[in-house]
Amino acid sequence: MSTCANDVRIDRRAFLKVSLLASGALVIGVGYGSSSRARATDSDTWAPNLYVRIDTNGRVTIVSKNPEAGQGVKTAFPMVVAECLNVAWEIVSVEQAPLDDRYGRQVIGGSRGTPDGWNDLRIAGTAACELLKSAAARQWNVPVAECNAENGTVIHVTSDRTIPYADLLEAAAALPVPEVSELKLKSRPEEFQLLGTFVPGVDNPMIVTGQPLFGCDTRLDGMLYAVYEKCPTFGGRVRSANINRVRSQPGVTHAFVVKGTDDLTGLLPGVAIVAETWWAADSARKKLKVDWDTENSDSSEAYERRAKALANESGETLRADGDVDRALDESRRIIEATYYYPFVSHANMEPQNCTARYSESGQLELWAPSQNPKSGRALISRTMGIPEDRIHVNLTRIGGGFGRRLRSDFMVECAWIAREIGRPVQLQWSREDDMRHDFYRPAAWHHFKAGIDIDGRMIAFDHHFVTFGRNGETVSGAGLSPNHYPAGLVPSFRLTQSLLKTNVPTGPWRSPGHSAYCWAYQSFFDEVALAAERDPLEFRLDLLSRSFGDPPLDLKRTRGTLALAASKAGWGSRELEPGRGMGMAFHFDHGGFVSHVAEVVADGANVKVEKVYSGIDVGPILNLSGAKNQVEGAVVDALSTAQLEITFANGAARQSNFDDYGLLRFNLAPEVECHFIQSDNSPTGLGEPPIAAATPAICNAIFAATGKRIRELPFSRSGIRV
Amino acid sequence: MSELSLTINGTDHTIDVPPDMPLLWALRDVLNLTGTKYSCGIGTCGTCTVLINGVPMRSCVMPTASASGATISTIEGLDPSGGHAVQRAWNDEDVPQCGYCQGGQILTASALLARNPDPSDSDIDAAMSAVLCRCGTYPRIRKAIKRASRYMSDEGGDA
Repeated sequence: MSTCANDVRIDRRAFLKVSLLASGALVIGVGYGSSSRARATDSDTWAPNLYVRIDTNGRVTIVSKNPEAGQGVKTAFPMVVAECLNVAWEIVSVEQAPLDDRYGRQVIGGSRGTPDGWNDLRIAGTAACELLKSAAARQWNVPVAECNAENGTVIHVTSDRTIPYADLLEAAAALPVPEVSELKLKSRPEEFQLLGTFVPGVDNPMIVTGQPLFGCDTRLDGMLYAVYEKCPTFGGRVRSANINRVRSQPGVTHAFVVKGTDDLTGLLPGVAIVAETWWAADSARKKLKVDWDTENSDSSEAYERRAKALANESGETLRADGDVDRALDESRRIIEATYYYPFVSHANMEPQNCTARYSESGQLELWAPSQNPKSGRALISRTMGIPEDRIHVNLTRIGGGFGRRLRSDFMVECAWIAREIGRPVQLQWSREDDMRHDFYRPAAWHHFKAGIDIDGRMIAFDHHFVTFGRNGETVSGAGLSPNHYPAGLVPSFRLTQSLLKTNVPTGPWRSPGHSAYCWAYQSFFDEVALAAERDPLEFRLDLLSRSFGDPPLDLKRTRGTLALAASKAGWGSRELEPGRGMGMAFHFDHGGFVSHVAEVVADGANVKVEKVYSGIDVGPILNLSGAKNQVEGAVVDALSTAQLEITFANGAARQSNFDDYGLLRFNLAPEVECHFIQSDNSPTGLGEPPIAAATPAICNAIFAATGKRIRELPFSRSGIRV
Repeated sequence: MSELSLTINGTDHTIDVPPDMPLLWALRDVLNLTGTKYSCGIGTCGTCTVLINGVPMRSCVMPTASASGATISTIEGLDPSGGHAVQRAWNDEDVPQCGYCQGGQILTASALLARNPDPSDSDIDAAMSAVLCRCGTYPRIRKAIKRASRYMSDEGGDA
């Protein structure tokens, strides 16, 4: 930023900064500061969330801090700016910012891109538009109220005079920055022209022609390729390895032991092999023999034995409302069931990789498909003793995130190898590395007991949650909020928790927790509804009609999505032939409300999921295409994952590739019909919310079609084939 | 190492690689044609699909030597300007999410349409079940193939 025209404090502690670059481009920055810093005037410390730049040729560029992993921000964000700035969609593009502390949060996670970006993007676009209108009005010496902005041009409505934005940049930069509190921000679908329409992804032209976009497409002069062998048993250390033999293999330039650390999320011990091609490195790896020092003997069978024992213990009470024991005593009927889901893997199509260059002057530059580059830089800094300001991280497109790339193990491994060899290097994990060294979504057991009264209402809910932990705390991805429904929806409620120890790395997996336990709750609700001889829809709507204390979710919005999905599916109004069944589930997570109704046909234990009807409330839809894509994809992901499991033996994962962890194939994907409620709420993200309710809706439909209640995943454990 | 001649996207290349090196790595690491992606390495996911004499093949398990003399087409060669009916349909239906597998999907679809310009749902199922997508873009791939088929018949052209 060459000059700084004006800085004005705005509400919500947001600041606008307007500058004119030496090139003549107008730049609007939106950022947030502490309230003690009423005027942000120091370019070096001011922290913008984003910049919008209008060039002298009229093109508009957003500098976006968040990387793209298929969640669609790279397309939705410029749509918001185009909408508010009143320019043609085609002239707005996104430039990926590198990791830079001035940008604040640079993470893909928690479906937060949309809610975080919504205000900033509208403020930037609207403020720029107001400035340009004011500049034109001043030039014409007319009231700004007589000026409109359309398609990159300011129009004086009474005289029909027009002037393109590009001719107003310098004048606009000299004007006082508008007060954000006085900006009229578009917020409702009725005000939108571009938002809410179907807009194809901005990177599509590069994707369909195979242009380099992804981390593994990075090519640097003189770059070598690396593989990194870690102990299949988690936490194993290298005692010795036949390094000389490996080093003599064709094409190999370096081979060495990395001592590593004990941190399962950091630099694990291993052997690096570097060669002129990845194939040469991987071929040499086949000759590698390592004597590992291991202690970890975790196995799925031992977990199950321990979980069975814990089931009979009482567990730690996390929440207790009313008197559950008494309410159960007074219940007309008690329904009991245990639900189990296994560990699963992220299985990103692009296996973990990173490219790095370490210069003699001690600068480290990385190209990383990372969901959390800041955390990666911090890990590298503390592991390798390189100051953070000497580490530069470039962000690439990501071939699937789903939470896996919130961890930075692949970054620190590559950085270490790059420094060791002093040459640019790309570390590419094999598929087997990727699946055996994941941060798995943890398994759990849910022991439910529900009591219903004479009216068939659930009056007591007793839940013993057996999950994984270390040192008295749940491990990453294994926790459950004590305030999760049905807490607050039933008068007597108890949640107890028992922890079983694991030495396996775990972590967030798309819609962490929710994507697993929603299945257990919503399947069990079906059991309760049927035991009470109530329709599953009517039972759920009634459950969502009152609360005891603070409601655990917005009841009205939840009911809205459920009623919509049910109505579109023809729930209760269609006659289904034998072997056909429908099932439903609702859920709320990451700001989004999603209900699904699934329709399946069964031939004995063989099931085909034909169609899923979805009711979604995430406020106004920004890109209709991106929104539907997330819902369709999440339903496929749910069905795929319900057939998969990672199991462990001797402290190592048994599965290693798509032959024993077979993602759903094309012919088995259901049709998905999306219906949106564009409620009067700020828009929220859709990367995560559509997945949770899909699994139980499908399983409840399978019950309706077959009479088989699925209480264990994957399906094969319950004798179901899809 | 041995010298191999390859015809890729209409251009002749001579490279010096171990004859058993899979074509995938010759493309990516020797010729810097990174459009063809690695994912499973065992020929099961289809991400690395290329066309050998018009037939979809898994380049991760195909020795480079066995592709010598054949016509090799990669995603970069389909139509570099993106004008192929399948590429246009892929954009217009907005198929990609992360996009990583889409090169393999597009080449597989283009081979299907080249031999069967108006495929039925079960034809599409049979062909496209060869390529995995973790993002779950399958419903859109089906729509895009049907759209590409319409583009082709409207324009009277070949895939």
